[in-house]
Amino acid sequence: MSEKKKIDIEYSQLDSERMRINVGPQHPSTHGVLRLEVEVDGEIVTDVVPHLGYLHRSFEKHCEYMTYPQIIPYIDRMDYISAMNNEWPYVMALEKMLDVKVPEKVEYLRVIVAELNRIANHQIAVATFGLDAGAFTPFLFYFRDREYIIWILEKLSGARLLYNYFRVGGVAGDVYPTFKEECHDVIAKVRKTNAEVMNLLIHNNIFIKRTAGVGILTPDVAINYGCSGPVLRGSGMAHDLRRDEPYSIYDRFDFDIPVGKGEVGVVGDCWNRNMVRMHEMEQSCRIIEQALEQMPMEGDVTAAIPKRIKLPKGEIYSRAENPKGELGFYIVSNGTDKPERLKARGPSFVNLSVIPEISKGYMFADLILILGSIDIVLGEVDR
Amino acid sequence: MQSTNFIWDLFGVNLLTVVAVVALPLGFVLIYALVAILAELKISAWIQERLGPMRTGPYGILQPVAEVIKLLQKEDITPDASSKLLYNLAPFIIFSGAYAAFAVIPFSSAFMPANINVGLFYVFAIGSISAMGIVMGGWASSNKYSLMGAMRSVSQLISYEIPAAMAVLSIVVLSSSMNMQEISHAQTGYFWDWYLFGGPGSWTKVFIIPFTITLAIAYFIASLAETNRVPFDIPEGESELVAGFHTEYGGIKFAMFYFAEYANMFVVSAIFTTIFLGGWNSPFGEFLQGPGWGVMWFILKSFSIVFVQIWVRWTLPRFRVDQLMYLGWKVLLPVSFICFFAISLFVMFK
Repeated sequence: MSEKKKIDIEYSQLDSERMRINVGPQHPSTHGVLRLEVEVDGEIVTDVVPHLGYLHRSFEKHCEYMTYPQIIPYIDRMDYISAMNNEWPYVMALEKMLDVKVPEKVEYLRVIVAELNRIANHQIAVATFGLDAGAFTPFLFYFRDREYIIWILEKLSGARLLYNYFRVGGVAGDVYPTFKEECHDVIAKVRKTNAEVMNLLIHNNIFIKRTAGVGILTPDVAINYGCSGPVLRGSGMAHDLRRDEPYSIYDRFDFDIPVGKGEVGVVGDCWNRNMVRMHEMEQSCRIIEQALEQMPMEGDVTAAIPKRIKLPKGEIYSRAENPKGELGFYIVSNGTDKPERLKARGPSFVNLSVIPEISKGYMFADLILILGSIDIVLGEVDR
Repeated sequence: MQSTNFIWDLFGVNLLTVVAVVALPLGFVLIYALVAILAELKISAWIQERLGPMRTGPYGILQPVAEVIKLLQKEDITPDASSKLLYNLAPFIIFSGAYAAFAVIPFSSAFMPANINVGLFYVFAIGSISAMGIVMGGWASSNKYSLMGAMRSVSQLISYEIPAAMAVLSIVVLSSSMNMQEISHAQTGYFWDWYLFGGPGSWTKVFIIPFTITLAIAYFIASLAETNRVPFDIPEGESELVAGFHTEYGGIKFAMFYFAEYANMFVVSAIFTTIFLGGWNSPFGEFLQGPGWGVMWFILKSFSIVFVQIWVRWTLPRFRVDQLMYLGWKVLLPVSFICFFAISLFVMFK
């Protein structure tokens, strides 16, 4: 027990003091084990310092000790919410290095599973964003629908989240008989729930008040920080690797690049970033519909997989549009079956770096929303 | 005026009957809180297309009991850095604040625990004690989240109390009484005699019906803020403040906060029922009118308001603290003041 002292207070010299709060690593709204060191002046945020590394697993170093196919399941564990999209740039890099011709059916199957996974990712992003704003119900609506997508992916790959589905020159599992009908069902469900959430959450007056004009990310700041994905598009920049650098067969599909238009609030604010995800779900539905129509049902999806993968000496950078942004893998090969060096360029990591820039001067409750609108996954930030 | 307490009529005023009069609302609060917790679980489940609790008893109706037993079993923790006295006192102050308001709630024409002639004033005075408990708890926890929650709660208090008081005062002007029993008596008749629809009187009351309905909405919004529920659960603010003022509380002390929240929900619903929905009066004249049926009508009406509170909670996102202040000071206050003014004019020239 400290003894009580008589303190004389000079009221004219009393000064307000800023308070430092630790948000995380155990906190309901940091979307994982992110730790933000926040300095607040009352309710106003004056400084944010993100601290990373609570989920660090030495991904890049670990890869140097594994053969190329062994790395694929490990990549799943980076962005575990959209694992299908993660695997894609990696196998693309290997296919380019080995000069493997990917069969038509595999290309379509990859597009379909990647877009399904993109929808599932955006569903989680919008759902948790609503949860950050205090709306609980849309969260459960989306989790209910996401389950149907996961079931399809589970039937194809055998796993709910960490699929290990992509192979060099193929995929692990062929389509099952009711695949097409189930995909169409899921698309109908996604559209129905999206319409519902539009009414319930996105155009809710309170939600608009909370998110519009908050955390404005101007296009030049976004480019300077290297942001990509919905974060960049929310700022009005129509940059999407699926269209700008069409990999696989994306040039065969007709789809739009949704950008933040500022229907509500300012271009680049939380509401517009979130809205881009809502629109992207619809575009993904369109892509899946076209792909289902064009996809050949004949053919062996495992035929082109090489028996032994040994990359020639050299280096390659391959990138693809992850739901969260541009995911790239830089591989240096020394001619053996293990990479000399593997570097991942993760979208969440890069997008997270913009947080201190755009959250100063907003209220503490807004900081949580800004973090939610960036849509990070700590498995990939920390790697 | 007839007596307002059947226990004292039957058995006279002595120590035993006083204890009985006090125990009756307490028993009601405990049972009601269990029912309301179950209702919250089940209604939220139906809204979200879930089943809710299904394992504890048929359709999970024993879930609140299980939750309370679980909370009672938890270790009673007092953080080292906290101010022990304030920390331990806060939950009880909050609960007593919520419970004390039951003293003036007219459950029926034959039962109101304390017949105070400034009942509505009393409710407002007592209701603010819960905010004091929140500040005590938040301050004493010596946790930054709790502190912020406590500070928010203070700023919230001053923003919602005034519009709520304005709404209540307008009805006081109409009924020229602050006694909740007399306000209930004044609304005897059909449902168009409720103060929600201008109260009893000649056809001229159509002029004030828009104002009374506006006031009812204003009071309902303010009452949501008073009970710290979504969209105004800013002192708790789970997405940014973890659990706000009760972050450090667990076990029985947390259960007290929990009970107090539900008790508070009932108090504001009961006030709403009394001043706008005719209290224990039957909506259809003499149909099922009487002291016994009055309890049924009163609880039915109050529960409908509690239901709306639960419904709102699972539908809307949360306001930000400055937006609540904006709403309180710049929207609700002028609106309720205009309504108050209009109703006062009406009463003057009637």
